Amino acid sequence: MVIEKTAMAGTLESSDAQVTVSPADALEIVIESSVINQYGRQIKATVEETLDRLGVTTGLVSVVDKGALDCTLKARVECAVFRSCDASMSNIPWGGAIQ
Amino acid sequence: MAKITRPKPNKDRLRRTMMFMNAQRPGLIKDAYIYGCDSIMLDLEDAVAVNQKDAARFSLYHALTTIDYGDTEVIVRINGTDTEYWQEDVRVCVAGGADGIRIPKCETAAQVQEVEAAVEAAEKEFGVEVGRTLLMAALESPLGIMNAYEICTASDRMLGCAISGGDFRTSMHVQIEPDGIEINTARAMMLLAARAAGVQCLDTMYPNLDDEEGYRQEVDLIVRMGFDGKSLINPKQIAYVHERLAPTPKQIAHSEKIVRSCREQADAGVGVYVVDGKMVDPPFFKEAERIIELAKKCGVYHGDL
Repeated sequence: MVIEKTAMAGTLESSDAQVTVSPADALEIVIESSVINQYGRQIKATVEETLDRLGVTTGLVSVVDKGALDCTLKARVECAVFRSCDASMSNIPWGGAIQ
Repeated sequence: MAKITRPKPNKDRLRRTMMFMNAQRPGLIKDAYIYGCDSIMLDLEDAVAVNQKDAARFSLYHALTTIDYGDTEVIVRINGTDTEYWQEDVRVCVAGGADGIRIPKCETAAQVQEVEAAVEAAEKEFGVEVGRTLLMAALESPLGIMNAYEICTASDRMLGCAISGGDFRTSMHVQIEPDGIEINTARAMMLLAARAAGVQCLDTMYPNLDDEEGYRQEVDLIVRMGFDGKSLINPKQIAYVHERLAPTPKQIAHSEKIVRSCREQADAGVGVYVVDGKMVDPPFFKEAERIIELAKKCGVYHGDL
């Protein structure tokens, strides 16, 4: 997938993450987290794996993490990417690119 | 991480308590199973704002496939069949392996069949055993109540029905009353329909969280009416329903006596006789067996029947 416009998913509530994606020439991931020292690497790995499954190779992906579980983080990244392509409302590839 | 595969759903399992959880709030759904309710109901409908329906599905999919809910049944309330959201809701429920789907604002058998067709298509699409996903109907209007029997028998997947008090009271132009006078006719009609159809019947949620006395009064009422369980909105509401629905030691002892003596009497060719000064005939025997069975499921039976 190609990030076509700026889109956001998630909230700043505890246990959640807010993910913003926007078009860019290269792939850049920016992470802000209250638990960056303990989990920064794991958060980055989860974001990268998720983008990889979606076939996203370019774009600015910014994550504000509020202690989200891996499954929440994945959900927010996916939703932001699908929203950026106006494709978030139907025919989602559950179990395919989403897993 | 290994994908969670849930055991095949059981239509007749214990459903004393079914607790609503917002599928969009990660902080809530990750802990849902620790409270000990029989079923949780992850909500894609009213709890989720219209502009977050898509986000809620992504959260739901990952919750269903990564969180181990153990013995807790996982039901998802989808959006109404009059919206543009419900079909994708069905796809994500089936793909994620939810045990069942709650159809809101159900008024006709045709609505159940419409959802059933979408569920079957999704089961085929995602390689899920056809027939695995159960259905239940929330009856929220006078028309839903009037059609309860047709709704409950509209599909083999139907596990039961539940009345939704909020919308029902609105359509009847009434407010919640301490004795339930405004909704008891509907409760009773739905119970009759559910029993006639051989499915389970659940009561509405009680909205006044701080009114413990009112809550207990309502639970007492619906237990005496014969409901199988109740919809809940807070973990603190669980314990009292479980306490009230579990057979008492006295009931269990009496039922054991009936079951044992009935076997002996039947062997001796006797149909009706007396236990502890009370007449006993086949209907009592059946009820005694049901009490023992319920006591076993509730974990309060320690005998050897």
